[in-house]
Amino acid sequence: MVEGFISRGFRGRRRQPNNAQLPPGQYETKGFPVLSAGPTPHVPLSEWDFTLVGEIDEAKRWSWEEFQALPSEEITKDIHCVTKWSKFGTRWGGVSVDTLLGNVETSAAYVTAFCDGGYTTNLPLEDVTGGKAWVAYAYDGEPLEPAHGGPARLLVPHLYFWKSAKWVRGLSLLSHDEPGFWESLGYHNYGDPWREQRYQGD
Amino acid sequence: MATQPRPAAQPGRLLWRVGEVFEVVEETPTTKSLVLSVPGWEGHKAGQHVDVRLTAEDGYQVQRSYSIASAPEDERLAITVDRIEDGEVSPYLTEDLMAGDGLELRGPIGGYFVWERGLGGPLLLVAGGSGVVPLMAMLRHRAASGSGAPAKLLFSSRSQEEVIYRDELERLAEADEKLEVVHTLTRSQPEGWEGYARRIDEEMLREVAPSPSEEPLTFICGPTPLVEATAAALVELGHDPAGVKTERFGPTGG
Repeated sequence: MVEGFISRGFRGRRRQPNNAQLPPGQYETKGFPVLSAGPTPHVPLSEWDFTLVGEIDEAKRWSWEEFQALPSEEITKDIHCVTKWSKFGTRWGGVSVDTLLGNVETSAAYVTAFCDGGYTTNLPLEDVTGGKAWVAYAYDGEPLEPAHGGPARLLVPHLYFWKSAKWVRGLSLLSHDEPGFWESLGYHNYGDPWREQRYQGD
Repeated sequence: MATQPRPAAQPGRLLWRVGEVFEVVEETPTTKSLVLSVPGWEGHKAGQHVDVRLTAEDGYQVQRSYSIASAPEDERLAITVDRIEDGEVSPYLTEDLMAGDGLELRGPIGGYFVWERGLGGPLLLVAGGSGVVPLMAMLRHRAASGSGAPAKLLFSSRSQEEVIYRDELERLAEADEKLEVVHTLTRSQPEGWEGYARRIDEEMLREVAPSPSEEPLTFICGPTPLVEATAAALVELGHDPAGVKTERFGPTGG
């Protein structure tokens, strides 16, 4: 913070009615902006699978059909993108990460989500368990569109949205923390929007 | 101007700084470049952006991200801002801000959508509207650094009046046989226009883009439909998805 700086003549619109819902530095959007670093991958559902690998006794794998047969949940959450937009009350459908990890014994303390297109993001294990994270395949009652991460994306709404990796194909359970794609490029390792952890050192 | 000592415990932390507007340049009827003197600015790479923060007298604040338009070699930092009609920040930046005013910012941010001379070419740059800004930083860096990398810019604008950096792009291309600038004007065209007059599509990319075997370094920036269509068409034409980098913007409150 540069103490005392005022933008000459700036009044602002103060058009945020849900201020308590809005983390610092964010503004509300009604749209659903698309952000990604490369072309949208298109993997046929017949070739899609979701795997758990790393520090577990036995790797786990679900085909698309098997994944659809898992118990699913309806999730309504606010989401916050590091590029400053927030969207309130987004409606998702998918499988809780608790369900996926249900029978897994692990000594891991971290996970890295890996994706089609090569994207990765890292999270503490405790941030994807306890009802805080899902693998979502539906948005607003419809199959999740490819541009928004379909067929399935990670959904970790309490962290900046780059942690909610699009086109996710699995989780690697790790004993150590390994910075992912944006986390290696100057973005914050954890990414809590309420503490405005946008960039390294925030 | 108040300054804050750099906390030694957090190297690399991006601090807010106050730059001074040196000059405001009108690029198109709705787009202006803000040329800033930023004390202590430690440089950037072409393609990176900054966060801008506005503070009202009662402490109310808003933030937005803007791509850097200037080359790393330039003496001053420039951003180019397109005025969004019902925006909260861009009308202030394009209409209220004047030379001599302060502007609070921090950066540079982003390390993926960047091009440096050492990365070579050929370069394929595809822009829609103000998506040209980070690509212009690349072209300015390419010229200033004496890079001989072949480069093509395919630039979609609604009309000739709305082509950002039109004169400078023409000058750069005239002075450099390895740089080609191709415009498409999607909404209206001047009389006698013989160039493209439609949205970017696969056929246009087949005609303009280097072949996949040349392994171009591709950077696409613009509104989501343009970015999605262009990236998908390039992959369809056989380009390696790993060589295609995208950056997007949308009128989400600007």
